[in-house]
Amino acid sequence: MNSFDIIGPVMVGPSSSHTAGAVKIGNVARRLLGEPVKRAEIFFHGSFLSTGKGHGTDRALVAGLLGFGVDDPRIPDSFRFADEAGMVYGLSGIDLGDAHPNSVKLILGGRHGNTLRMTAASVGGGSILVTQIDGLNVSFSGDSPTLIISNQDRPGRVTEVTSLLGRKNINVAAMQLHRAERGGTAVMVLECDQEVPAEAICSLSRLDGILKVTYLGTSEVIPCISHFRKS
Amino acid sequence: MYQSFQEILSLEEKTGLAFWEIVRDADCRELEISREEAFRRMAGLYEAMRLADASYDPKLTSASGLAGGDGEILAQARREGRLLCGSFLGTVMEKAVKMGESNACMRRIVAAPTAGSCGVVPAVLLSLEQEKSFPREEMTKALYTAAGIGGIIALRASISGAAGGCQAEIGAASAMAAGSAAYLAGGSGETISHAAALAMKNLLGLACDPVAGLVEVPCVKRNVIGAVNALTSADLACAGIRSKIPPDQVFDAMRSIGRMMPEEIRETGKGGLAATPAGVSCREKIMNL
Repeated sequence: MNSFDIIGPVMVGPSSSHTAGAVKIGNVARRLLGEPVKRAEIFFHGSFLSTGKGHGTDRALVAGLLGFGVDDPRIPDSFRFADEAGMVYGLSGIDLGDAHPNSVKLILGGRHGNTLRMTAASVGGGSILVTQIDGLNVSFSGDSPTLIISNQDRPGRVTEVTSLLGRKNINVAAMQLHRAERGGTAVMVLECDQEVPAEAICSLSRLDGILKVTYLGTSEVIPCISHFRKS
Repeated sequence: MYQSFQEILSLEEKTGLAFWEIVRDADCRELEISREEAFRRMAGLYEAMRLADASYDPKLTSASGLAGGDGEILAQARREGRLLCGSFLGTVMEKAVKMGESNACMRRIVAAPTAGSCGVVPAVLLSLEQEKSFPREEMTKALYTAAGIGGIIALRASISGAAGGCQAEIGAASAMAAGSAAYLAGGSGETISHAAALAMKNLLGLACDPVAGLVEVPCVKRNVIGAVNALTSADLACAGIRSKIPPDQVFDAMRSIGRMMPEEIRETGKGGLAATPAGVSCREKIMNL
């Protein structure tokens, strides 16, 4: 923690969790999608659903999907900007059970056909946590460069990925492994200290047993290479 | 960031550095940035506060209709000399309400430490700058002082209404503003710590009971008491009055009180003002928007 976690962020009000956090969730979803959003189905859960309207959570989320930052004065008018950008969106409620009270589920389609299903929570003070991607449980904040790698659940996948990153001089700060069932599809989440260059992402996606590589850089969008699916 | 006033005060004694410099140097280490860069960033946040204050729009109303326009009512009363508190405190009150309203109306503000309490620190600092014509660098140092106090509170107790009630938002902001005002008045680190502690003691146990769960009622107007309490506490400390409970222990008490608070008064919108008949009817109206 540092002083700028105490004074700041500069943000559009009224709530760090219900407004700024919602913008951030939209930003992370857009970056994970890897291209401008064309269609968005937005499902609010819990406190996001019950107090979201008064906090502008709906407008904040759409603003985030448009790539606006948390301090962007256009946030209150994001619906109009979405119409102008040709982004179609639907807003509704959902019961996600035990999920964090400030959770939202997103189903996104991009301009060039990328798709993403994501659930995330705004966990306080503008910090967020992505909790599910494409049906698999994950847990990361999006504050550092993050690789989300779907792979076949077989021995050796983790070593191959981490040694490739090691060769590229990328340090892994935190790593999680999740799988739906033994021997099925698994997912690795690697939060890194450095940006992962495009060619490293390409190499990762070509490794044996790797199904899909999604990269969340700290910059806006790395065009066309942030999303790889093996054919 | 430091977890206690004790740590900062002993560093002050050992190194001769000021409170704010010790806080800044911790940022330099954590963020791997130069002293100049850290100072530039904090100066930028002060400038953002000034801009937010200057761009208040009296015509705006929040989506719920509960907040907006009161800053202008107060400004009018101040201009006409109708305020018992006089012109200086009137300005402080006015800036606090305006910032709280701007936040509720989706304008750009600086969380300090939270969005709901965003009016306290700028109301105190901008008003003091205007009144006493402090140089701009002094204002940045004062804001750095506030950040250091907020860091201690965050690490020792909490700066989240959901965890610690409103004492953790308006209370924390008031303690931060009190310390920064004491700095501007020439106070040492020790005086700063007592200004913060005295301010906090007045707001211990404050419930977070927002109507309809929104950052509007009572949040906007609570920024006023946070700001005014900061100034009176700074004056007490600078006059030489000391908190009989040591500052670090005051914030320990704040943490323990936060833990004792029922969920209903920790930002859930279920208890206190939110549960009054008027509060409930506001909620129902807003749900049907």
